[in-house]
Amino acid sequence: MQQFYIFIFFCPLLWVATSCRDDELVVPTEYDIIPEVPSAESKVRGFYLVNEGNMGSNKCTLDYFDYFTGLYARNFYAERNPSVVKELGDVGNDIGIYGSKLYVVVNCSHKVEVLDARTGVRIGQIDIPNCRYVRFHRGSAYVSSYVGPVLIDPDAPKGAVYRVDTLSLAVTGKVSVGYQPEEMEIVDDYMYVANSGGYRAPDYDNTVSVVQMVDFKQVQQIAVGINLHRLKKDRYGKLWVTSRGDYQSRPSRLYVLEKKPGYNEMRVADTIPVACSNMAFRGDSLLYYATEWNNYTAQNTISYGVIDVRTREVISTNFITDGTEKEITIPYGIAVHPETGDIFVTDAKNYVSSGTLYCFSPDGRKKWSVRTGDIPAHITFLPR
Amino acid sequence: MTTAAAHAAEPADTAHTLREVVVTARRPADDIIPAQVLSGDELRRLNSNSVADALRYFSGVQVKDYGGVGGIKTVNIRSMGTNHTGVVYDGVELGNAQNGQIDLGQFSLDNIEAISLYNGQKSEILQPAKDFGSAGSIYMRTRTPQFADGETYHARATMRTGSFDLINPSALVELRLSERTNASLSAEWLNSSGRYKFRYRRVNPAGELAYDTTAVRENGDINATRLEINFNGTLPQGEWHFKAYNYNSERGVPGAIVNNVWRRGERIWDTNSFAQGRYTGYFGRFTTLNSIKYAHYRTHYVNNDDKQVKIDNLYKQKELYFSSSNQYEATAWLRVSAAYDLMWNTLEADVYGFAKPDRISQFLSAAAAVDLGRLKAQASALGTFIHDRLQGQQAPPDKSVFTPAVFASWAPLRSRDFSVRAFYKRSFRMPTFNDLYYADMGNSQLSPERVTQYNLGLVYDHAGSGLITAARVSSDIYYNRVRDKIVAYPKGQQFRWTMLNLGLVDIRGGDATALLTIQPVRGLFVTGRAQYTFQRAIDITNPADNYYRDQIPYIPRHSGSAVLNATWRGWGLNYSWIYVGERYNQQENIRYNYTQPWYTSDLSVSKDLRLGRVGLRALLEVNNLLSQDYDVILNYPMPKRNYRITLSVEI
Repeated sequence: MQQFYIFIFFCPLLWVATSCRDDELVVPTEYDIIPEVPSAESKVRGFYLVNEGNMGSNKCTLDYFDYFTGLYARNFYAERNPSVVKELGDVGNDIGIYGSKLYVVVNCSHKVEVLDARTGVRIGQIDIPNCRYVRFHRGSAYVSSYVGPVLIDPDAPKGAVYRVDTLSLAVTGKVSVGYQPEEMEIVDDYMYVANSGGYRAPDYDNTVSVVQMVDFKQVQQIAVGINLHRLKKDRYGKLWVTSRGDYQSRPSRLYVLEKKPGYNEMRVADTIPVACSNMAFRGDSLLYYATEWNNYTAQNTISYGVIDVRTREVISTNFITDGTEKEITIPYGIAVHPETGDIFVTDAKNYVSSGTLYCFSPDGRKKWSVRTGDIPAHITFLPR
Repeated sequence: MTTAAAHAAEPADTAHTLREVVVTARRPADDIIPAQVLSGDELRRLNSNSVADALRYFSGVQVKDYGGVGGIKTVNIRSMGTNHTGVVYDGVELGNAQNGQIDLGQFSLDNIEAISLYNGQKSEILQPAKDFGSAGSIYMRTRTPQFADGETYHARATMRTGSFDLINPSALVELRLSERTNASLSAEWLNSSGRYKFRYRRVNPAGELAYDTTAVRENGDINATRLEINFNGTLPQGEWHFKAYNYNSERGVPGAIVNNVWRRGERIWDTNSFAQGRYTGYFGRFTTLNSIKYAHYRTHYVNNDDKQVKIDNLYKQKELYFSSSNQYEATAWLRVSAAYDLMWNTLEADVYGFAKPDRISQFLSAAAAVDLGRLKAQASALGTFIHDRLQGQQAPPDKSVFTPAVFASWAPLRSRDFSVRAFYKRSFRMPTFNDLYYADMGNSQLSPERVTQYNLGLVYDHAGSGLITAARVSSDIYYNRVRDKIVAYPKGQQFRWTMLNLGLVDIRGGDATALLTIQPVRGLFVTGRAQYTFQRAIDITNPADNYYRDQIPYIPRHSGSAVLNATWRGWGLNYSWIYVGERYNQQENIRYNYTQPWYTSDLSVSKDLRLGRVGLRALLEVNNLLSQDYDVILNYPMPKRNYRITLSVEI
């Protein structure tokens, strides 16, 4: 009888012993079919989407959508580059295409990954510590980084912008800017860099650095607002800069910088009284969304809107017109198709599960949505 | 406390066992729900570096192990979360008001005599009120000196060395101070580079090798000392115990292995000290148990990584605790008890925006136990009252929670070998200081996270002589529900989080354990021990979530262990095998979050020698015998095959 009991109790062990480990596979790509028909003369082949992945998870992934095959490829990098140890890396932060190359900024892996833009095959990597955003100008890539040269105070190092040659992928220079620089933009041979000072809370930085491209030197710092993040230029050469606020008493804001007629200096021309987390342009419209935490209701307050960049007026408080915004938990990325004007909004949900990419028609109706990786965030379009 | 099975697991083979602790409770009432116990020689042979390693052999327990000698190790009982587990060290619960987690990797097995695991609570009514509070508890008991007539001292010196450049000497001295008092001093030094090889190998779906990299784990070094002094005494009508404890360590935090990052710059210095005293008095039908404790924990965290933000933070926690529990034996079959605990906690941190919280907790419990021979039952109720104060801020309102529990066991057969047991328990965990007040992330509006447990089980326990000296099988099924689970919730952009009472988890599981000791020939004892755990712990918070009804992270559906142990004339051979089934490293059960099963085999050989008064022991261990490359936590690779040698001398 006892032997029988023992037998019964060892049975499950025998069973689990058979469910063993297999060889670990390189994570395979998954494909979804998207109901999109491109026009025959479209100059856009598709787009890449970088999913940030939560810190420490090493789950930064790259998705690719091809308009001509109609296939959305999820987790595209590992399958194209199976021999890269530990895949794309930890926390993607930006993506951009310049010429034939695709650049993915991987923040916590301290590198910019360079791929062939058509095939997704790896060309090389540029090691830049704590890198944040990438922009391109005259054969060089410019990468903002939280870590600049250690100067007087080693505990509060200023950030830097690195210049990288896009042919050799070698760092050719760097310029020290403000604290913890984020996005940047180049207008008329000057680069403007939004400094956040996010590591120095509550003593946030509040400036936009102006870097003269000729000699790659910082020539000025324009005081704008605390904890700056996004910085984008519209078709008129005006700069739209967002402040994250201090998450407490000072709310997020959107600032406009422009040059006074006849002068070469940018100045703060206006403060738009809306919160803004991210934005994208479509013609003269600036589409934005904002996520702000409300301590009283213990909920995120999410807002969307459209601003006319000429008048700087909020002309609409939503660009989603069919009520789909209720499905979006945390809008985290926004992009506009350069030809069709379709609007892309990503939903990061709870940061630690698959997100969703929504595509809206220019009139704000949902066309389709697709599951992405963790924290879908940054989109770049691939020319045909 | 020690069950028949635990006794049987320590076959009386050498003079060593004569000195094993025999806990003489005044009333040796059997536990209603017997604990899972590892003690004595059995515990020593289990190839365990720390208490956390040993706990892997208990059913229903999942150990989170970040790898290496200095890596953090926490336990989770029956999927309810680390913060629901009470850890009691020689009668007084260990606390961590800051984050609620006890790093069991810090507790050496060197002077631990027994580890017991109780689901629900220890089914004893004479215990501090706080002990009625946890959803599950681990009791660690250090060795109490036992002197034979004429003995005045014992001493033991041990040296361990092996992989990871381990140097781990320890010493124990036990003194008989008088007829009624004795003392023990235990000291230990642990030094290890924490360096070990690990390997990542991937193949593509066609079976071709994609990459195969072996690297060395860096920044996992540890240098730690532990000092412990105990005094024990007996009184004409009672007994007392005093302990002072100090743990001091410096360690590197190895961190996650991610692309392009193989070394990190985080370091932690810990200084944990406490002193505790306990007095038990027996006055006829009345018994009183009183404890007092003062603890001071200092943690210094530095991030020196040039690529990241520099952090240099100092955290200081203080705890003052007092408990009085009193039991009255009303009749031969009924006992009642009442207990009151008072605890004060404070946390200082030089972190911007931290509120310097200060907490007064009061616990009031009442319990009754009925013993009708074949039917035993116990009911308890605990009221918890929490009052927080903050420096320069409005504190949240006071909280009070009432949690009842009922335990029963019934032996349907006259022999009492076989019994059925059941319990129902409600419990909760208070939000920690970090949950409530951590800069930007904390949410002072949090309510306690609540758990309801139902358990039904049966046990067959047989002790005999002849071929089968002990046999025991037990099995339990349980249903737990975690409500108002405290989860991190994203707010705004850029990894900003807050804590919310959002989660709802449904846990259904079953445990089975079996133990058999046979004596095939005189003097040869062979013991087999096996346990299996099934857990289905699913997230049922919101049907709109894409992980709705998915298994929660890091909880395997299947896990188990098996230990085979043979002793013969001072020789000991131990083989142990641990299996943790497939799990998911994030909430969503998709292939991208899939984590493979792992299973390791550990082997040890020991030899005891006795030369007059001097006892010698040598132990050789091989861990992860098949050199499996596995992660317990994603991106925290575990060591390949590793070795350890222990030599000890005892007089």
